[in-house]
Amino acid sequence: MNQHTSIKAATGWRRWVYTTNHKDIGTLYLWFSLIMFFTGGLMAMIIRAELFQPGLQLVEPNFFNQMTTVHGLIMVFGAVMPAFTGLANWMVPLMIGAPDMALPRMNNWSFWILPFAFLILLSSLFMPGGGPNFGWTFYAPLSTTYSNDNTAFFVFAIHIMGISSIMGAINVIVTITNMRAPGMTWMKLPMFVWTMLITAFLLIMVMPVLAGTVTMVLTDKYFGTSFFDASGGGDPVMFQHLFWFFGHPEVYIMILPAFGIISTIIPTFSRKKLFGYHSMVYATVSIAFLSFIVWAHHMFTTGMPLAGELFFMYSTMIISVPTGVKVFNWIATLWRGSITFEVPMLFALAFIVLFTIGGMSGLMLAITPADFQYHDTYFVVAHFHYVLVTGAVFSIMAATYYWIPKWTGNMFHEGLAKTHFWLSLVSVNILFFPMHFVGLAGMPRRIPDYALQFADFNALISIGGFAFGLSQILFVVVIVKCIRGGKKAKANVWEDAEGLEWEVPSPAPLHTFSTAPTIK
Amino acid sequence: MIRSLMLSVFLFAVSSMSMAGVSAFNMRKGVTDTSHQVYNLHMIIFLVCCLIAVVVFGFMFWALLKHRKSKGAKAANFHESTKIEILWTIAPILILVLMAIPATKVLISMEDNSEAQMTIMVTGSQWKWHYRYIEDDISFYSLLKTSDDEIDNKVEKQEHYLLDVDKPLVIPIHTKIKFLLTSDDVIHSWWVPDFSLKKDAVPGFINEIWTNVNDAGTYRGQCAELCGVAHGFMPIVVVALEQDEYKTWLADQLKQKAILIEKEKQSVGETLSLEQLMAIGEQVYVERCAACHQADGKGMSGIFPALAGSKIANVAGDYKTHIDIVLNGKSGTAMQAFKNQLSLVELAGVITYERNAFGNTTGDVIQAEVIQLILNPVQQDSQSSVQSTDQMPEQSKEGVKQ
Amino acid sequence: MKTDEYYVPSQSHWPIVGAIALFVIAFSAGLLVIEMHNEKASPIGHYGLVVGFCILIYMLYGWFKNVIHESLSGMYSVQMDRSFRQGMLWFILSEFMFFLILFGTLFYARMLSVPWLAGEGNNEMTGQHLWPQFNNVWPLTQTPNGEQNGFMSWQGLPLINTGILLVSSVTLFNAHKSLDNNNISHTVLFLVLTIVLAFIFLTLQFNEYQHAYQVLGLKLDSGIYGNTFYILTGFHGLHVTLGATMICVILIRTIKGHFNKDNIFAFQAVSWYWHFVDVIWIILFLFVYII
Ligand code: HEA
Ligand code: HEA
Ligand code: HEC
Ligand code: CUA
Ligand SMILES: [Cu+2]
Repeated sequence: MNQHTSIKAATGWRRWVYTTNHKDIGTLYLWFSLIMFFTGGLMAMIIRAELFQPGLQLVEPNFFNQMTTVHGLIMVFGAVMPAFTGLANWMVPLMIGAPDMALPRMNNWSFWILPFAFLILLSSLFMPGGGPNFGWTFYAPLSTTYSNDNTAFFVFAIHIMGISSIMGAINVIVTITNMRAPGMTWMKLPMFVWTMLITAFLLIMVMPVLAGTVTMVLTDKYFGTSFFDASGGGDPVMFQHLFWFFGHPEVYIMILPAFGIISTIIPTFSRKKLFGYHSMVYATVSIAFLSFIVWAHHMFTTGMPLAGELFFMYSTMIISVPTGVKVFNWIATLWRGSITFEVPMLFALAFIVLFTIGGMSGLMLAITPADFQYHDTYFVVAHFHYVLVTGAVFSIMAATYYWIPKWTGNMFHEGLAKTHFWLSLVSVNILFFPMHFVGLAGMPRRIPDYALQFADFNALISIGGFAFGLSQILFVVVIVKCIRGGKKAKANVWEDAEGLEWEVPSPAPLHTFSTAPTIK
Repeated sequence: MIRSLMLSVFLFAVSSMSMAGVSAFNMRKGVTDTSHQVYNLHMIIFLVCCLIAVVVFGFMFWALLKHRKSKGAKAANFHESTKIEILWTIAPILILVLMAIPATKVLISMEDNSEAQMTIMVTGSQWKWHYRYIEDDISFYSLLKTSDDEIDNKVEKQEHYLLDVDKPLVIPIHTKIKFLLTSDDVIHSWWVPDFSLKKDAVPGFINEIWTNVNDAGTYRGQCAELCGVAHGFMPIVVVALEQDEYKTWLADQLKQKAILIEKEKQSVGETLSLEQLMAIGEQVYVERCAACHQADGKGMSGIFPALAGSKIANVAGDYKTHIDIVLNGKSGTAMQAFKNQLSLVELAGVITYERNAFGNTTGDVIQAEVIQLILNPVQQDSQSSVQSTDQMPEQSKEGVKQ
Repeated sequence: MKTDEYYVPSQSHWPIVGAIALFVIAFSAGLLVIEMHNEKASPIGHYGLVVGFCILIYMLYGWFKNVIHESLSGMYSVQMDRSFRQGMLWFILSEFMFFLILFGTLFYARMLSVPWLAGEGNNEMTGQHLWPQFNNVWPLTQTPNGEQNGFMSWQGLPLINTGILLVSSVTLFNAHKSLDNNNISHTVLFLVLTIVLAFIFLTLQFNEYQHAYQVLGLKLDSGIYGNTFYILTGFHGLHVTLGATMICVILIRTIKGHFNKDNIFAFQAVSWYWHFVDVIWIILFLFVYII
């Protein structure tokens, strides 16, 4: 098959722009995600610097709101989602023994429209009127009647991100359903592949919902419709239903692949098969299914009828059950294993503990009467950073350390990587744990300035934030060093790792499995 | 590794201990029966979560300690057990049911709005709260009292920094009060932690909540839904009074309202100098308009128009549109109607100010009478210029002050 | 003609051209909307949009030409064919979700927000204090703030249009069957018929909008009834336009002899799409017009 590829393979920058190779595209996604993580992180640093002390010091409230909004958008759509797509691009074909993704050209397209989408989004920050300042949830009518003129750019940027995600998801699904090597039956699929498959389904189902919703925001703002305006018969709360019908599955889009990664790493370093593979698969499916019927737990204070509040409270609580099954299975995998603590394992173990903490605060949020108190305070901010940063982001770092020898052919610098881990672990808790306290004590989120009783904790949080941010520079150092050189990696990098990806040499050659491997 | 995980657990444990009492760490108990229930509920679910965490992490750390390769552990070979998997599916469900029962009870009682003894309509607008006592027909705005200098770190911050208003909501204790929440513009959220009350104020809809306060005192909260630039600057202060004190307060309010109407009538007759009006106007401007149009009148491009050099505010003699937009606002924009928010003199002042400040050079002097004429042309003719109640200035510098 | 290998195309510059096209379109659309809103007559947005679409068409043309070439020279395996088909089906699912949310909006407005505004459910106070004059009727001919408008009846044009779309589904199906029987001239005939029907549909739809604007006073800004009406029929119309364009393309390809019994993916994809658009119309006809 390579005869086609070898004809006029461009090199230099053209290689990356024209590429149809899943590994190249995976690499692109991963770099893009890293850049976005730093961009969004820089905004978080601005937020934390402003919140270091009470009073307004650095930025105007309006700019602060733009930072909050764009930080959320960039981290969600620019850092976490592309990272998982990138990992899927790199690893899924390797794991299922496929020569490439099913639709390679479309694969390139879905990557390359992403930077443009963020270019549009970020450029609006520099235009007169400023960027989006209504929160990443862009509740109407703040985002319609009362937003600045540039909202159209926000809307179209979201549209483009949506197109990218949908195409990426189609590619993942088709690759998994159609490209498995003979003998790679459904129940032999690696967990990561399963979770990516289900995530891709979620994406196909909910990105169009987001597209429809932003379209209505556009027409409400610019063309006089009143979808979200009571005076024309609409309802601002309807916006929230539409948004969260997208938004809740979206948060599972950001955690299911993480579950897959953890389910891959824990068995490797416990030298033991994943406990309860089947129930893991079923749990993933049930989480995905449940995620469609819990959305209004973000809206308990909007004045829903009692029956609605009860329904969404119960359905949300139920999600803890399949998620718990996952946590228990991981621990059962550890149980009586032969455990070692390589860097990916360290991140994976930290994930289990810290994600569980985040999940538990999620469960507390699900209790409607209590959520009346928690809602829109830093308690919520603490919750979602525990599941997103120490959940999703930690899993991405674990995955990077796990597979980077396969990508580059070199081992990373163990000492530096361990330092990165320990610094991150300590600082991230100083950063996000006290947010629980200020939240419970009554500090609302999305405010540029706060009352005096929150001052001490906020200073601590900011210090943790700067420390965590600086620690991430180490991450880049480790990655760059690893690309540049290092101890050569064997094909099977980790002693007892299982999976087809370990059967190809390190670094993985550009084309793998041109002829399908045999599955034991 | 172990140390870090221990650290997390330690943090968790410390937090749980300190959470038992100290309020800097924990939700407050509050001063209503509901808030006590919610607090207890919060503590129950929190402790259950801690308990689960201890068990789960306990097993995990045990494995991490004992089943290490460096300790010579050999991997066992089990990877499935239907029995135990069913167990750890059922057990959480039972725990959840146990949590759901009290939660449901509390929720149902919170949503029971029946048999209220008085009703207060709460309206949010960018960035202040408006309270209307439905039965007693008094109403007023409540604005942030913290000065810009405090916010900009020019002077020392006072005790209730950002949590103080010029005129708090006053309610009697031991009375079931129903609140009707709505908004004039975007969604706000009215939150008083001590009452365990938080509900969104949605434009075009009314949400109902209720409370029944046990202890007299002053309770502070904040707007809890992002509502634009000054979302962080719209606090809520509620003063709960003993019932007889409340009656006195109410009577006083009614008296002041009558005085105010009288004052308004008088002000129509007065003629103030440009300087006087500018002085009044500047104060009003800084307090009420500068949040959007900025102190220098330059606005924020793309969101809030500049008044400096504006077609509306800087054409000499042509002040009708200017007065109109300040009185009635512009529907569908953030520019709200100020006719019910400011007294005639204040309106006159701020309009005069805008026409002569920031380099605007109209030289126009707008008197209260002009405003009155535009508001009530007919009644003015018949010389019976008593304003109808909904045109009552509700917030006024020299007027009602607590 | 088919190979067994999975064809991984060589590098291609079409995707990046497409990405640039989307960028130009989105950015110009943003500019245009903002310019229109501020009633500024600066033309950058317009031109940009035109340029963007030109690039997009150039890209589609080039990309598809590539694909067609590869397909004709037998580089695609059966497995590859399956990838295309599955890809198309999932794409249609995403389109379905898009319409689902628009229908969701309609149901929400009819069953929840309008009744609530009129004081039903837990919104007694809303009706009493905020919108005392407002009544819960559907179609909503008077909005809460008192603006009035007419509504579309389902007889007349909409009914005729339903018929037209149904017939077009049948003609397309026949085209497909003729192709299976290798009867190319019939295929062409039925394809042309389908395109004509699509064109009539769009014309009638346009007339209907004119009628709505001029006679009924039902406009894009006429409150939630008009909003849901236009957004549903509008996006449906857009899809009809897209579908009809795609049918034109396969018509040309049929004439050129690109299709035969075994090499039919593009044809099938288009006809799936068309049937999907039809189904959406049926649902739409039911919920927007009749009920
Ligand atoms: C990766 C992202 C992610 C994940 C996985 C979750 C997981 C969960 N989330 Fe979270 N959530 C967010 C991201 C996420 N969330 C974000 C971004 C927001 C804020 C959005 C915004 O407003 O900007 C939010 C907000 C949010 C709210 C709204 C709060 C508010 O605004 O008032 C609620 C309320 O119910 C909630 C609940 C939950 C629950 C119940 C889970 C559950 O899935 C958690 C389940 C896991 C566990 C419970 C732990 C492990 C289980 C066991 C060890 C088993 C035993 C346990 C028991 C039986 C208790 N979340
Ligand atoms: C995956 C998603 C994700 C991630 C990874 C993060 C990461 C971080 N977040 Fe984010 N956050 C959100 C998703 C995420 N967040 C969302 C959805 C919201 C809600 C938005 C809304 O309300 O609309 C939010 C809101 C939010 C708030 C609340 C803002 C408000 O309510 O006003 C805060 C406040 O502290 C915050 C802080 C941080 C910090 C300190 C990090 C850190 O982890 C970031 C660390 C990374 C870096 C710092 C970058 C790397 C380093 C450098 C750039 C070098 C330079 C370093 C220094 C100068 C020190 N976030
Ligand atoms: C919440 C924000 C906000 C506040 C507070 C506010 N305005 Fe405005 N104002 C606006 C907006 C937005 C517009 C633009 C309306 C439009 O689109 O025409 C505006 C327009 C105006 C204009 C017309 C300017 C022009 O050239 O178009 C005047 C005059 C004005 N406001 C006066 C005032 C005065 C006086 C006050 C205070 C008493 C005030 N505004 C408070 C938001 C505000
Ligand atoms: Cu009002 Cu936030
Ligand atoms: Cu959620």
